[in-house]
Amino acid sequence: MKKILSIISVSFALVFSSSAFANKIGVVYDSGGKFDKSFNELAFKTAERVKNELGWGMVEFEASNNTQIEQGMRKIADRGASLIVAMGFAQADAVAAVAPDYPDINFVAVDVCWVDDPASNIYQACYKEHEGSFLVGMIAAMASESGTIGFVGGMDIPLIRKFQGGYEQGALYVNPDINILANMTGSTPEAWNNPTKGAELTKAQIDGGADVVYQAAGGTGIGVLQAAADAGIMGIGVDTNQNWMHPGNMLTSMLKRLDLTIFEQAEKTAAGTFESGIHILGLAEGMVGYATEDGMVTSAMESAVAAAAADIVSGSMEVADWSQE
Amino acid sequence: MATVDKSRVPWWVSNLIVPLVNLTLALFVSGLFIFIAGENPFEAVSLIIYGSFGYIEGFAYTLYYTTNFIFTGLAFAVAFHCRLFNIGGEGQAYIGGLGVFLVAINFSFLPVPIVWLLAVGGAVVFGAAWAFIPAYLQATRGSHVVITTIMFNFIAASLMVFLLVDVIRDTTQMGPHTVALPEEQWFPSFEDFAALFGIKIRYSPLNISFLLAIAASFFVWFLVWKTRWGYEMRAVGHNTQAAIYAGISPYKNIIIAMCISGGLAGLLGVNEILGVHHKIVAGFPAGYGFTGIAVALMGRNHPIGIFPAAFLFGILYQGGSEVTFDMPNITRYMFVAVQGVIILFSGALENLFRPQIENFFVNRLNLKAKA
Repeated sequence: MKKILSIISVSFALVFSSSAFANKIGVVYDSGGKFDKSFNELAFKTAERVKNELGWGMVEFEASNNTQIEQGMRKIADRGASLIVAMGFAQADAVAAVAPDYPDINFVAVDVCWVDDPASNIYQACYKEHEGSFLVGMIAAMASESGTIGFVGGMDIPLIRKFQGGYEQGALYVNPDINILANMTGSTPEAWNNPTKGAELTKAQIDGGADVVYQAAGGTGIGVLQAAADAGIMGIGVDTNQNWMHPGNMLTSMLKRLDLTIFEQAEKTAAGTFESGIHILGLAEGMVGYATEDGMVTSAMESAVAAAAADIVSGSMEVADWSQE
Repeated sequence: MATVDKSRVPWWVSNLIVPLVNLTLALFVSGLFIFIAGENPFEAVSLIIYGSFGYIEGFAYTLYYTTNFIFTGLAFAVAFHCRLFNIGGEGQAYIGGLGVFLVAINFSFLPVPIVWLLAVGGAVVFGAAWAFIPAYLQATRGSHVVITTIMFNFIAASLMVFLLVDVIRDTTQMGPHTVALPEEQWFPSFEDFAALFGIKIRYSPLNISFLLAIAASFFVWFLVWKTRWGYEMRAVGHNTQAAIYAGISPYKNIIIAMCISGGLAGLLGVNEILGVHHKIVAGFPAGYGFTGIAVALMGRNHPIGIFPAAFLFGILYQGGSEVTFDMPNITRYMFVAVQGVIILFSGALENLFRPQIENFFVNRLNLKAKA
C-alpha cells in the first residue's frame, strides 16, 4: 500500500513539476498524428522553437477521437498553458467550448475561422491554400513532360478541395490541355494516416502517365512522396517544406505558414499584445507560398510563378476557392 | 491431457477465474510494452486508475465510454447467439446517428420527450436497415456477413462523408459536420443532474444515454433468454439443421437477429448525437463498433459479462488518454496495442490456460468430495 501511495505521489510530482515555466505552449494535434512530416509536425516544431527561443514550457496532446479533443484541451488549460494551439477544423467546437471557460488563456485555432469568441481570446486563422496550390500547380504543369499530373488528397472534404482546386486551376493556367488525375485516400479518419494506400494511389497515377504528384493527405502523404521518389518522378510536398525528404525527386512544396502564425502569437502572448480575431491569410499576407530550397524549381518557372503571384496579390486574377462550391 | 468434463466445472471457474487469469496475463504483457518504451508500468497503472476513478469528471468519461461499448457489445452479442459475426457495428452506428439527427431536426416541433423517443426509434430503424442488407444476403444468398458487414462499414463512411460535405453540412463553416440540434433537445448531461443537487462539476460527455444502455442490457437479456424468439435464434445458432428439423426458419431468424444487432449498434448514435456532439460529426463512431466485438467476446456474449467488459474498456480508453498525456513516451497507438493484447488473451488465446485451470479446480473439488 505504501508503495502504491508513493507511486501516486511520484506521478503527481511529475505532473506538476513542469509548472515552473512562466509561459507554456499547449498543442492539440489533428488526427494525422504528431509525426506526419507535414501539418502537425510543423506545429510541433514551432512549439519546440517557442520552447527554445522564448524559453516557454510545452504540453501536447494527440486525441484519438473527437470526444478527447475537448478533454485534452481542458487538461492542457488546467496545466497552466498560456497559449493553446488547436490544429485543424475538427477542433472548432472544442475551442468554442473551452475558450470562454479560460479567459486568461490565449488560443490559436488553425484552419478555423467561424466560431463565436465571447471571451475574445481566440486567434482564428484560415489560409488561402488554393492560392499556394495554384502556384505549385503552375510549377507542376511547367515541369511535367508527359502532360499528365496527379493529386492525392486525404478525404473528400472542403479543406482538401481547396488544395485540389487551386492546383488544378494553376496547372490549367499554364497548360490548358493538361491531364490531371486526382484521388482521395478514403472516407474514415484513417485516410490521414495511411501511407500504404497513398503509395498505391500514386503508383496508379504514375501508371496513368503522371510525372508530378502533389499530396494533401497528412501522414498519408509520406507514402505518396515515397512512391513518387521510388518511381523516379517528382513529388510536391504540402504545408511545410518537405523537399528534404527525397532530394532530387521533390519538385517543390506548398507552404502554409502556420508556423509564422503560431510563433507570432506566442511572442504577442508573452508581450501581452495578443489580439483575437478572424484572419484569412493568403499570398498577400505572405502566409502561403512554395519552397525552392532542396527543390527543382528553375528560374524560368520562378519568374512565371512570380508574375502570377503578383496578379493574385493585386487582385487582377482570382483563384476560385473550391470549398465554397 | 484428459479432457475436462464440462458439466463438472463450476460456473465461477469458467466465467470468473479464467477471464481474470487471461486479463492478468494481458496486463503483464502490456506492462512489458510500457517498460520497453522506457516508462514505469506501475506508474502507468496508477495513472490509469487515477484518470478513470480519481476525480468525478474522469469517472464520468469512463462511464461515457462504457455506454458506447455496452451498445456495440450488445449488438455483437445478439448476432453472435445466432452464430453471425456482425463486425458492421461501426457502420450501423454511423447510419444510426444519421437516423437520430434526421428525426430530431425534422420533428423539432414536437414536445422534447416525444422527439427523444422518436430519435431513439430513428437510431434503431436506421441501424437495423443498414444491417438488413447484409442479413438478407446472408440468409438468401449465403454471402458471409463478415465480408458484407465490413464492406458496409466503408460504404457507410463514404456515404456519410458525402452527406456531411455536400448535402447536410453546416455551410457557415468548413468542417464536415451538420448544424447543431436545438438546445432543448440535448440529452440532460451528468453535469445537469449534479447541478440539480447543487453540486457543481465540470464538463464531461456522460449523459442519460447511460441509463438507456442499461435498459438495453435488460432488453437483450430478456429477448435472448426469456422469449420464444430468443430460443429459436439460439437454436439456429447452435445447430441450423436441427433447428430446421424442429420447424424453425433460419432465414427469418438470421434477418431478425441482424436487424436487432444493427438497431443496438445504432443506439451509439443516440449517445454521441443527442448526448455529446449534438450534431453529426464525421467519424463519430471512432472505432467503438470494433471495440464492441472485443467487449462482447470478453463478456461471453451475456449482458452481465458485457457490462464489466465495457467498463474495463472504458477504463482503458479514459485512463489511456491520461497516460498518453503524462507520459510522452507512450503514444495513443500504445493503447491500441494494449487493447490488442487484451483481445488476444481473452479472445484468441482464451483456451490457452482454460483446460489447466478447469482441471485444477475439478481435481481439487474431487479431492474434497472424496475427503
